[in-house]
Amino acid sequence: MGSITLHKVSKVFGGHTVIPGIDLDILDGEFVVFVGPSGCGKSTLLRLIAGLEDASSGKIVIDGIDATDTPPAQRKLSMVFQSYALYPHMSVAGNIAFPLKMAGESKAVIDKKVAEAAKILNLTDYLERKPRMLSGGQRQRVAIGRAIVRQPKAFLFDEPLSNLDAALRVNMRLEISELHQSLKTTMIYVTHDQVEAMTMADKIVVLNRGNIEQVGSPLDLYHRPANRFVAGFIGSPKMNFVEGAEAGKLNAFAIGVRPEHLASSKTDGTWKGRVNVSEHLGSDTFLYVHVDTIGQMTVRASGEAGFSHGDTVYLTPEPGRIHRFGPDGETVA
Amino acid sequence: MATLHTRTAARFMVGPSVILLFIWMIVPLVMTIYYSLLNYKLDGTDITWAGLSNYYYFFTDPAFFYALKNSLLLVAGSLVITLVGGILLALLLDQPFWGQGIVRLLVIAPFFVMPTVSALVWKNMMMNPVNGLFAWLAKLVGLDAIDWFAHWPLLSITLIVAWQWLPFATLILLTALQSLSEEQKEAAEMDGAPVLSMFFYIILPHLTRAITVVILIETIFLLSVFAEIQVTTQGGEASSNIPYLVFSLARLDNDIGGASAGGIVAVIIANIVAFFLVRMIGKNLEA
Amino acid sequence: MAREISVQKKAGWTVFAWCVGLLIFFPILWTFLTSFKTEGEAVASPPSFLFFQWTTENYFEVQERSDYLKSVWNSIAISFGSTILALIVAVPAAWAMAFAPGKRTKDLLMWMLSTKMMPAVGAFVPIYVILNYFHLLDSLVVLVIMLMLINLPIIVWMLYTYFKEIPGDILEACRMDGATLGKEIIYVLTPMAIPGIASTLLLNIILAWNEAFWTLNLTAASAAPLTAFIAQYSSPEGLFYAKLSAASTLAIAPILVLGWFSQKQLVRGLTFGAVK
Repeated sequence: MGSITLHKVSKVFGGHTVIPGIDLDILDGEFVVFVGPSGCGKSTLLRLIAGLEDASSGKIVIDGIDATDTPPAQRKLSMVFQSYALYPHMSVAGNIAFPLKMAGESKAVIDKKVAEAAKILNLTDYLERKPRMLSGGQRQRVAIGRAIVRQPKAFLFDEPLSNLDAALRVNMRLEISELHQSLKTTMIYVTHDQVEAMTMADKIVVLNRGNIEQVGSPLDLYHRPANRFVAGFIGSPKMNFVEGAEAGKLNAFAIGVRPEHLASSKTDGTWKGRVNVSEHLGSDTFLYVHVDTIGQMTVRASGEAGFSHGDTVYLTPEPGRIHRFGPDGETVA
Repeated sequence: MATLHTRTAARFMVGPSVILLFIWMIVPLVMTIYYSLLNYKLDGTDITWAGLSNYYYFFTDPAFFYALKNSLLLVAGSLVITLVGGILLALLLDQPFWGQGIVRLLVIAPFFVMPTVSALVWKNMMMNPVNGLFAWLAKLVGLDAIDWFAHWPLLSITLIVAWQWLPFATLILLTALQSLSEEQKEAAEMDGAPVLSMFFYIILPHLTRAITVVILIETIFLLSVFAEIQVTTQGGEASSNIPYLVFSLARLDNDIGGASAGGIVAVIIANIVAFFLVRMIGKNLEA
Repeated sequence: MAREISVQKKAGWTVFAWCVGLLIFFPILWTFLTSFKTEGEAVASPPSFLFFQWTTENYFEVQERSDYLKSVWNSIAISFGSTILALIVAVPAAWAMAFAPGKRTKDLLMWMLSTKMMPAVGAFVPIYVILNYFHLLDSLVVLVIMLMLINLPIIVWMLYTYFKEIPGDILEACRMDGATLGKEIIYVLTPMAIPGIASTLLLNIILAWNEAFWTLNLTAASAAPLTAFIAQYSSPEGLFYAKLSAASTLAIAPILVLGWFSQKQLVRGLTFGAVK
């Protein structure tokens, strides 16, 4: 129903190759997140799937049919834009109804579907308002309403939560996840925020400079990153990387340990260091430690840990949680 | 966003405007150049080749130098008045007071008055040495009335033109002034800057771009002042400018060749200014 | 200013600002007042400001002139005609340049603007000669076309800036929602572009109404608009201040009103975007 396959899809802008060539399989009903740093090509990839950009080469197959040359209006996909892209001169009802109007539905059908979408998204009281009279979160919901009302094969989200404040972002994250569970439609979601990726995705696609670094479930990527880039991108705070002598001891060019896998002690441990800055969040404590012969490391300790600036601390990495990397950045078994 | 078939459609859509403007630019210009090389009078005498003699006569004719001088004085005078006045007015309109909207409308109004009306109103009802308001004001303080147009025709015209363009400068400088972020001003205050320093070190530099734009655009339009002269003094040595000179050569002397040479001179002068203006706009278009 | 300013200071500024404003506006005000005086009253010394015999005789006299109504009609025809004609050509051009820009688009726009900077006298002579030859020197149609050409660069430019302000992603959303190009134009693009088109229309009607080079030089009895009508008062007979005032008030009043609504457009249209 909503399966999408990309065969060697590439995109060149002017002389600049943004995406060299991507193969990707998205199964019907999956919640797939494209994640990566700015400029990695995730939005471009989304727009290629949407049809808003033409692929320079390769094939885009939607539900078994080659859609590479199909214009966006005919691909039966819906997109939620980062800026929501609501029609300012139409009311909320008008905005949500628009795709149905374009499809030529009768007024009765349109009214019914708009009412349904409004109910799901808690917009019933706002149907007559214009977008400029709505808050950010409400506008977001209108954009989503406009997307779901057509019952598309897949939803495309382009960093929809970037413009919302932190608290609202958490709420909307939940709402979108719940939406996915109830509609069961394929969703492709682009974000630079790895927390959103980890919490929402069935499958994460990590992109870097137009190339796929790794595809996998969130926990897959967390426990078994394919290379240093993925290891450093997934997980917050970032994984600690150590090169040189310490890495050599474990037969690797570089090793990586996540801050949450470093035990801290006042008395003994593998590495000795001095606390530079300690951040107390109540639930956790983050220590930024200058470790002898290694350098800066980040440690996550429990909320009760009583370290402060200047204290000596001993860090011990959890065995089995140390990632080893070769000189090319690939993970070594 | 632009797929292939949109691009050819785009060419068709831009086409008519481009063609029209191209013809409008090229045809008269080429013809003016052509005429300027002829001895061409509209009185029925033969048309002969003149080469560059029209230009020669033009440049040696004292009327040309008066016209050039007057053109430049008119532009310079108006620029000074409108810029100084514009900055002061912009600063004033930026202050908090009651009825800002209305005062703004009062200040903007002169720009929308047609040139023939302003010229005649100023000449007759304000500046006339017998019946005008200025005369009455002068007598009120015991001075003699000034016969503006008899003794100071160019100044009078400059005043009229400056009055008309003051709103333009004010609006542009006000727009630029209001784009000066409040925070910059507050930072300066925290740094202990007195008002005058604030003006010279923060506000004025910020306005530099707007001032340059005002100068360039006003110059282009001020070089072509015509109606005000036509309607008040009908030229003459003291107040003819280049456009008026061309006009009088063509319409009054029927000297097509000479007038065309004058037209080309005007085009060259305007082009020099336009070069800088287009560069400024181009830079901003990138932004 | 974020902080409260003392009432005295505000009052001080208010008085000062109103004085300056009225001073600048004064000639227009004076014209308006004089138009209601008798000719004798108009040249009386000392001049009366508000307390005189208000009369509307001047307005009747002006309107009774056989050429007054014609001039009004000509002004309307020229300003509306040239602007609408220009819009017909300019809207597609600006649309294409804003939404399907090519590598040359910016240069093209610059070139168009530069045609506006050419002085009228550079084109005047051949145009005069040609029109004279074809006996077209007093033609309304010619004037409409001339003013269309003169204002076309500004109109294209203004429309371009307004179109560019329409967020691209709204048009993309429209496409994702299943709209064909035609429907995109009808349901989304045009409603969002109408304010910009209206503003452009407004400013250029004003500019065309006030144009005073071509309208003075290429017209005579039949095509003369109000600019030329007023110019006749430059060589009057007898007392004429009150009549001049009435004629002037009639000529400028509509434009003043329109102009007050188009301040923002003025900055946009005549600075060619060099000031933001």
